[in-house]
Amino acid sequence: MLIKYFASIRERVGREEERIEIPASVTTIAELLDDLAGRDETYAFAFGDRETLRAALDQMHVELDTPLAGASELALFPPMTGG
Amino acid sequence: MTAPLSPLSPVLPRILVQSEDFDLAAECDRLSQGRQDVGALVSFVGLCRDEGGRLAALELEHYPGMAETEIGRIASQALERWPLTGLTVIHRHGKIAPGAQIVLVVAASSHRRAAFEAADFLMDFLKTRAPFWKKEHLRDGSSGTWVEAKAVDDRDAERWDQR
Repeated sequence: MLIKYFASIRERVGREEERIEIPASVTTIAELLDDLAGRDETYAFAFGDRETLRAALDQMHVELDTPLAGASELALFPPMTGG
Repeated sequence: MTAPLSPLSPVLPRILVQSEDFDLAAECDRLSQGRQDVGALVSFVGLCRDEGGRLAALELEHYPGMAETEIGRIASQALERWPLTGLTVIHRHGKIAPGAQIVLVVAASSHRRAAFEAADFLMDFLKTRAPFWKKEHLRDGSSGTWVEAKAVDDRDAERWDQR
């Protein structure tokens, strides 16, 4: 799955995007975040504050408990400040 | 979307996500020129503040693709909710200097209330749902910090659920 990062999350992860193989045990976005955070301190730091973490699946806003099933692109970012 | 479109005229919103500046007068003309059914034109322009002289520039990061799509979804909701004759949204990205324009909403309708409300609605949801992020670059040369989302913006957007 292609994962894109924006703004402060991009800076903390240290890249704009990457391809990640989703482990068979992972169903939701939150579970993927837990899995990545358990593997690497950089992810643990970047995804540490779930209150201020937002996600989009295939360019649609979703909650973190949404299943990844069938999606090809996940984006992670802080609350938006446009306008 | 299952909600019926306005039977009067299906309006195609004009949505642009670009680094270039925009021309307010030209965008207003576009929604009123050559027609006589437009009774109200409401425009909003968001500008870059200098934050009391502290700010050298704002840098707007965006999610290409989703930015256009999400603004399109917000515009569709506005078109379902109000009888608009035209709707334009332009959001810039990249580095923007104090005093320069960031965002434009122009809503046109036969009557003022729909145009006022639709423009207000658009701005509330551009702030909370459109994937853009502002970073401050400061005059003292430091790259500054990401602008934090404001709770008041969420509350402003929630107003529309209660109607």
